[in-house]
Amino acid sequence: MNRSFAESTARERVHYLLDPGSFSEILGPADRVMSPHLAQLGVPASFDDGVVIGRGRLEGRPVLIAAQEGEFMGGGVGEVHGAKLVGLFKLALATRPAAVLILAESGGVRLHEANAGLIAVSEVMRALLDARHAGIPVVMLIGGSNGCFGGMGLVARCADHVVMSDIGRLAMSGPEVIESSHGVEEFDSKDRALVWRTTGGKHRYLLGDCDTLVDDDIVAFRGAATQALGSAHPLSVEALEREHALLAARVDRFGDCTDAVEVWARMGVSDAARVVDLDASALRDLKPVGD
Amino acid sequence: MEKLRFEFKGQHVPASNAVVLVGVVGSGNLEVLVEPKPASGACAFDITTSARGFGSIWEAVLRDFHDRHGLADVAVSINDMGATPAVVSLRLDQAAAQLGSTGAKP
Repeated sequence: MNRSFAESTARERVHYLLDPGSFSEILGPADRVMSPHLAQLGVPASFDDGVVIGRGRLEGRPVLIAAQEGEFMGGGVGEVHGAKLVGLFKLALATRPAAVLILAESGGVRLHEANAGLIAVSEVMRALLDARHAGIPVVMLIGGSNGCFGGMGLVARCADHVVMSDIGRLAMSGPEVIESSHGVEEFDSKDRALVWRTTGGKHRYLLGDCDTLVDDDIVAFRGAATQALGSAHPLSVEALEREHALLAARVDRFGDCTDAVEVWARMGVSDAARVVDLDASALRDLKPVGD
Repeated sequence: MEKLRFEFKGQHVPASNAVVLVGVVGSGNLEVLVEPKPASGACAFDITTSARGFGSIWEAVLRDFHDRHGLADVAVSINDMGATPAVVSLRLDQAAAQLGSTGAKP
């Protein structure tokens, strides 16, 4: 049965992604490790600070997993939320799981917590890279309707593998941020089709920012995560320089395009306008080799 | 934000000692955490809500829930982001249903 990733809560995603009954939570809701900042601002906190972390198994192999709850503060990273993610990566160094899976859904830093949230995101990036340096693959799974933006967008692109559905979105600045800083002529955040063309899973997949595109189905995400187990990409200066060269080439190649459809056409995607209507498997077949 | 506390004497001690969490602290939604509180003989509610001044409505909704289930030796903790009384009732019933079923659910 198809179970929508986007419409599930963070806890449901963890439950159905892992082997049945294998999940054991760390710092669960009854431990009440909650934000110290929100109460001071008169905002109700959440028992898990919006992120579920723990141990589990995927096809029998041990993994560590975290899932952000997009409905709580837009998945914003606060001090406790960030510390839980950092702790999970530190645990990975000690226990060497087959992968660390991050089910990201976040608008970025939780603005209520200001500097504490910003510092938390940078600590998460450092901890993620420490895990990768130790050869432990980090897999980002992005399919929530709030997308993955801001600091978590940066975190996602630090990982070994990025898995997305077409509902998932990945970028640094969110649509509203771009509109308010550059004007509605530059980017109309109310234009949902434009927003998804520009930041959605299909565009990220065609550009190569996302490694695996799946349909909005937890079983499909589970399959993609299983494929990524045990396969770490090298974290080296050479790999980083290669990536920088790719990004520079992207600007040269597509810098004058005014819409994602133009980018797809220039990549050699035939009948680029129909990309938005295709399901994941049809789009996978369509992706030009070498891109 | 307001903190509220209610307690009702109950008779029905849940068979399982499980901790149950349902719902999410999202707009118009709430999370409900149910934990065992042995030998208290009561169902205690601790509520943190974003909306002020709705204490009497909370009491009516919780009393209604308690009339249906009559739980004892249980502590219910709630973080609420402006859920309507109907949503609160449904979440409480969802928590009670999960407390009654044995299988672990998210």
